[in-house]
Amino acid sequence: MNKRTLLSLVATLLSFFAINAHAAYALNLKAPATEIADQIYDLHMLILWVCVGIFVVVFGLMFYSILKHRKSVGHQPAQFHENHVLEIIWTIIPIVILVSMAYPATKTILAMKDTTEADMSIKVTGSQWKWAYQYLENDVSFISTLSTSQDQIRNKAEKGENYLLEVDNPLVVPVGKKVRVLLTADDVIHAWWVPEFGVKQDAIPGFVRETWFRVEKPGTYRGQCAELCGKDHGYMPIVVEAMEQADYDSWMSTKVDAAKAEAAGADKEWALADLVEKGKEVYTKNCAMCHQPTGAGMPPAFPALTGSAVATGPIEGHLDIVLNGKNAMPKWDALSDTDIAAVITYERNALGNSVGDMIQPSAVKAAR
Amino acid sequence: MSTTTATHHDDHGHPTGLMRWLASTNHKDIGTLYLWFSFFMFFFAGALALGIRAELFEPGLQFVEPENFNRLTTLHGLIMIFGAVMPAFVGFANWMIPLMIGTSDLAFPRLNNMSFWLMIPAAILLIASIFVPGGAIAGGWTMYPPLSVQNQSMAVDMSILALHILGISSIVGSINIITTILNMRAPGMTMMKMPLFVWTWFITAFLLIASMPVLAGALTMLLTDRNFGTTFFDAAGGGDPVLWQHVFWFFGHPEVYIMILPAFGLISTVIPTFSRKPLFGYASMVYATAAIALLSFIVWAHHMFTTGMPVAGQLFFMYSTMLISIPTGVKVFNWVATMWRGAMTFETPMLFSVAVVFLFTIGGFSGLVCAILPVDIQVQDTYYVVAHFHYVLFSGAVMSIMGAVYYWLPKWTGHMYDETLGKWHFWLTTIAFNVTFFPMHFTGLAGMPRRIPDYSLQFAEFNMISSIGAFALGISQLLFLYVVIKCIKGGQTAGDKPWDGAEGLEWQVPSPAPFHTFETPPTVK
Repeated sequence: MNKRTLLSLVATLLSFFAINAHAAYALNLKAPATEIADQIYDLHMLILWVCVGIFVVVFGLMFYSILKHRKSVGHQPAQFHENHVLEIIWTIIPIVILVSMAYPATKTILAMKDTTEADMSIKVTGSQWKWAYQYLENDVSFISTLSTSQDQIRNKAEKGENYLLEVDNPLVVPVGKKVRVLLTADDVIHAWWVPEFGVKQDAIPGFVRETWFRVEKPGTYRGQCAELCGKDHGYMPIVVEAMEQADYDSWMSTKVDAAKAEAAGADKEWALADLVEKGKEVYTKNCAMCHQPTGAGMPPAFPALTGSAVATGPIEGHLDIVLNGKNAMPKWDALSDTDIAAVITYERNALGNSVGDMIQPSAVKAAR
Repeated sequence: MSTTTATHHDDHGHPTGLMRWLASTNHKDIGTLYLWFSFFMFFFAGALALGIRAELFEPGLQFVEPENFNRLTTLHGLIMIFGAVMPAFVGFANWMIPLMIGTSDLAFPRLNNMSFWLMIPAAILLIASIFVPGGAIAGGWTMYPPLSVQNQSMAVDMSILALHILGISSIVGSINIITTILNMRAPGMTMMKMPLFVWTWFITAFLLIASMPVLAGALTMLLTDRNFGTTFFDAAGGGDPVLWQHVFWFFGHPEVYIMILPAFGLISTVIPTFSRKPLFGYASMVYATAAIALLSFIVWAHHMFTTGMPVAGQLFFMYSTMLISIPTGVKVFNWVATMWRGAMTFETPMLFSVAVVFLFTIGGFSGLVCAILPVDIQVQDTYYVVAHFHYVLFSGAVMSIMGAVYYWLPKWTGHMYDETLGKWHFWLTTIAFNVTFFPMHFTGLAGMPRRIPDYSLQFAEFNMISSIGAFALGISQLLFLYVVIKCIKGGQTAGDKPWDGAEGLEWQVPSPAPFHTFETPPTVK
């Protein structure tokens, strides 16, 4: 019987205690989707079984002793308290075991750190509480945020299958290609983690770190931020869709076309009502988490927008804060010119504000 | 002056009422204060943990908003470490070290008083910070910047000051303990005749003196980054957020051993007593303790394997971390060899000690799994790590403290505790602990990050089991409180030496131990 069937047998036994019929008692690392994750899986099984072996021997002896060497069965205490040969043996044996663990681990580490000869590069920027992806070779970039509804989180709607592990714009990569990931962050430290890839790398503001993966099979892989990054640390998942090269190419050309159309939209003159309508969409996705859907904010960390000095004052100051950030407010320069123009116009003409002015995407472009 | 001295010697009198405790320079009184302080904090931080487990009982947000959830995890960690576990060990050091080495008190009784009473303002700062505008510290007990700089609440500054004060208390206490052990041992008690608990505390005190000032340095940098415009941890000003992690863990890893070495000392005292057989490998125990202490200063970056260190750094810290399992293994083997061919009985202290050997080893093995860097990439910052450090800290440190409380309660109070209730407490604690924390190995491996208030549906079953276990574990501790109070109030009279297999000078003085002991030092053969 191999190890994975043994584990699933244990899982089946445990599931007899299940409280509901769909109980999922995952006991081990997720099924690997890359060679590195596969090596990690095997390393973990090796160490686990070595530890179980030592555990059974040592505690087998201890429990034998507990049964047999007790006063109540009349056992007389021996008085030995040293045995140099024994003590040397049980120091040497662990050293040998450790070396035999360190050797395969070292090989895997060297492979993990080798980011050379990548087929493509993606820059990943973490910020509170979303991921921005930029395809360095294609001039395509987008933001990826949690798409689970507040109603599900607040127990007002039934939770979906991928509750908290679903996003609006997943990262898309081709299978079989070595993808180099360059990581940084805008505000605090985040960590980009996809368990099936065996990749977890901190994203550190002001620094760029790199890692890589090569996905073997097409599929959807889900992970989460793995470094405490504030209030909504639990709500910034990562979804990666791995596709065959042809599918990836057509996805990419759609994205490139969309980026061109977006750039064209930035040149046209928008009407106030259109900007407000688009702005509401942008606001709900990106801003409402802190400033709240009503604009009431959560003072003192996240100020209200309704009646605020910024949202009702000079529009240049408003644009400056959105583009460059301030204190807990991250900079939003990864949003498109149109989105920024729309959300600013929305904030000034909705959420209880009625300043009446607006800003065009071209003005945002000029201010960058 | 001579008259007061004379009076003092005549009746061994001391202030009564509140002044007895406020002004006390007596090692037994101060030890008692430390232990009660620790007990209170244990319940306080335990209640915070139940808040965490209540929220995690089911997916979705029920009781605690995300920001408050972060406050709960942060304060639970800080208070358990600095308010419950560390003061408990200092309490044991106060009570037992002078009795074990045959001296009348610690070397600097007034400093000892100061060490304890510094704990109170620190505790007030920490607890009061919950109520300030902006709310309690929420960035995790590790306080990583930039998150901890971004949080504008003054609670963060109050917590930093609290830790500064606790650091001073620890350093002063450590100097006191080292001086006492080096200079005040009874005639004939050479270093290599000292009880192992004294040895482990001796080494722990050096760890404290070496690591606490490093924490103070890191905290001061954080304080000035927050308030005075410095940029130690801000790349925009030429700093580096990862610098904090290096300095913090240079303190933080020795800190882990500060919380476990005295526990090793405690069970090395209890196991020989109830095995009726001398401790196996006394000398190797001392050397292993010293080796663990030295290694603890060169392994810190294993907490930072995902920060993206150069490969040489990663390999060095993996190898050095793996080495720690060798002296730790020696200790486990020695405990089992001590029990081997003894004549064991299983009173409550022994039950706790055997459970510590067994469960701590599980935590040690999961530590080895975490040391293997590629595997750590998968389990770092997941519930696997939460399981790991609760197996070493709860079933290592806390359960050894509980066992030692039962072991010395007869000496402290003059009464035997209720053995039946003690055993109930042991079994409830051990079972509930495992129900709580063992499933966390599985949720962690399956991919549940730590420090999240809500989780995807695949983790629901194990989290519900963990939460049920946690509430059982919490409620079981009320029984512990009851047994302790019942023992203080009365019970079967304990002789000077209630355990027939016990060795050591503390059993030569009457039970309860009188206010002054060993004013004339005993002679050790």
